[in-house]
Amino acid sequence: MKKTKENLMIFIDVRKKLHGVYKDMELKCNIELKKGDFLAVCGESGSGKTTLLRIIAGLERAEGRIVVDGEVWLDKKCFLPPQKREIGFLFQNYALFPNMNVMQNLLYVNNDEKLAKKLLEMSEIYELKDRYPASLSGGQKQRVALCRALMKKPKLLLLDEPFSALDPKMREKLQNELSYFHKEFDLTTIMVTHSPSEIYKLANKMIEIKKGEIVKKGNPKEALLNTKSSEKFALEGIIIDIKKVDVIYVAVVAIGNNLVEIVLSNEAKEFKTGEKVIVSNKAFSVNIRKKE
Amino acid sequence: MIDFTPFILSFKLAFFVTIILLIIGIPFAWFLASTKSKIKPLLETITALPIVLPPSVLGFYLLVALSLNSPIGRFFYEMFDVKLVFSFPGLIVASCIYSFPFMIQPLQSGFESLDKSLIEASYVSGKSKIETLFKVIIPNIKSNLLTAVIITFAHTIGEFGVVLMVGGSIPGKTEVASVAIYDFVEMMDYKSAHIYSAIMLVISFLVLFVVYYINEKNKRKFNDIY
Repeated sequence: MKKTKENLMIFIDVRKKLHGVYKDMELKCNIELKKGDFLAVCGESGSGKTTLLRIIAGLERAEGRIVVDGEVWLDKKCFLPPQKREIGFLFQNYALFPNMNVMQNLLYVNNDEKLAKKLLEMSEIYELKDRYPASLSGGQKQRVALCRALMKKPKLLLLDEPFSALDPKMREKLQNELSYFHKEFDLTTIMVTHSPSEIYKLANKMIEIKKGEIVKKGNPKEALLNTKSSEKFALEGIIIDIKKVDVIYVAVVAIGNNLVEIVLSNEAKEFKTGEKVIVSNKAFSVNIRKKE
Repeated sequence: MIDFTPFILSFKLAFFVTIILLIIGIPFAWFLASTKSKIKPLLETITALPIVLPPSVLGFYLLVALSLNSPIGRFFYEMFDVKLVFSFPGLIVASCIYSFPFMIQPLQSGFESLDKSLIEASYVSGKSKIETLFKVIIPNIKSNLLTAVIITFAHTIGEFGVVLMVGGSIPGKTEVASVAIYDFVEMMDYKSAHIYSAIMLVISFLVLFVVYYINEKNKRKFNDIY
């Protein structure tokens, strides 16, 4: 028992009234993390994901309790300002200081040239050190911002949809980089994201927030996969067309960026265009069913 | 030989007014830019008043407010032994009020257009509010700051009505360049009026040109695409 208590590093239990887009709601989150965890936070936009991150960073006030490594960041009596919390925060728009070049952006956080050089070299952007943010591409800005967030050697790294503005290739590359940094610097990370593949690839824990409350909690490997016991694979897609070919019906399903044709045996009338379905493989046949 | 005393007075006045307004203006403009208070429109209106008010109206009220018969005038006289009407210190007070919007408005719009996440990024990096102000906020509104300083300076040099009402036209004490030109014309000394006016025109042109030139250069530096 004692050992698990010691391993328990981050304890977050916060409440805050939010004035949402549609109606007021209450954000209620209870999260426990161990050192080295990578938590993905997903959910619809406006569900309170970013607010949760900002509360943890101390950029917004809330009721409740946040304890990190035995140090109280937030409770009834105490509110540790963002300056004193050992966090790295990656903003959605990167928030690089336009008046400083890449190197200066890093050194502003922590005047440690050796660390700055190491981080930039690890991200393969050391040659950009004298450039100003305005002359960098999205992917480059993103890397600089990640390096800057790591300059303080944070106990907790907070990422707000870090890869949403990048093309798939760059996203893939930076996901690998983040994964590498996470291990190399022994980080504990919380990342807001929409992408299931990102969660699957990077996170070992995930929560889904809906209207301010946690509706799903668990291991991404179990929570994300749709396969039922006997299915070999299961893909989620949307029916974009149902056409009649001779005597059978064929559904055209969009799965990610690909279109596939699937023969609907006799249940053609059950499906409609625009419906979300799961395409799976059972024994030797391709199977299609509605998404629950 | 041209007597440069009025010009020196004008520059001295503009210098003091700009420094004082810079010190008051940065926190006040920051407050206006970040407050959600209901009195914000009221404060903005009062700030902008000197732009639309006839200088004579402002000058008249200031004359009344700063005279020895008013509490403000008496307070300054009794505490610091300073008379605020028909004196140089009085000109500074009056000019600060007259040029107030020219300092506040560019600063406020600079603060308002600044990306708030930059400030938050600085806080998260462990930097205090003061350090954030000097290393992140001010450098990133540099062009607004420059505009505010130069326009305030130039506007103070160019003011006439308020200075005449509050300062009178005492040579060597309150007779600034713009007032001196008026006096020359009244005395039909067109030659001196011409020389003074031409100098003012050249100074004004140069000042504005420097502002626009530097702002354009700054813009290029930060947007340099390799």
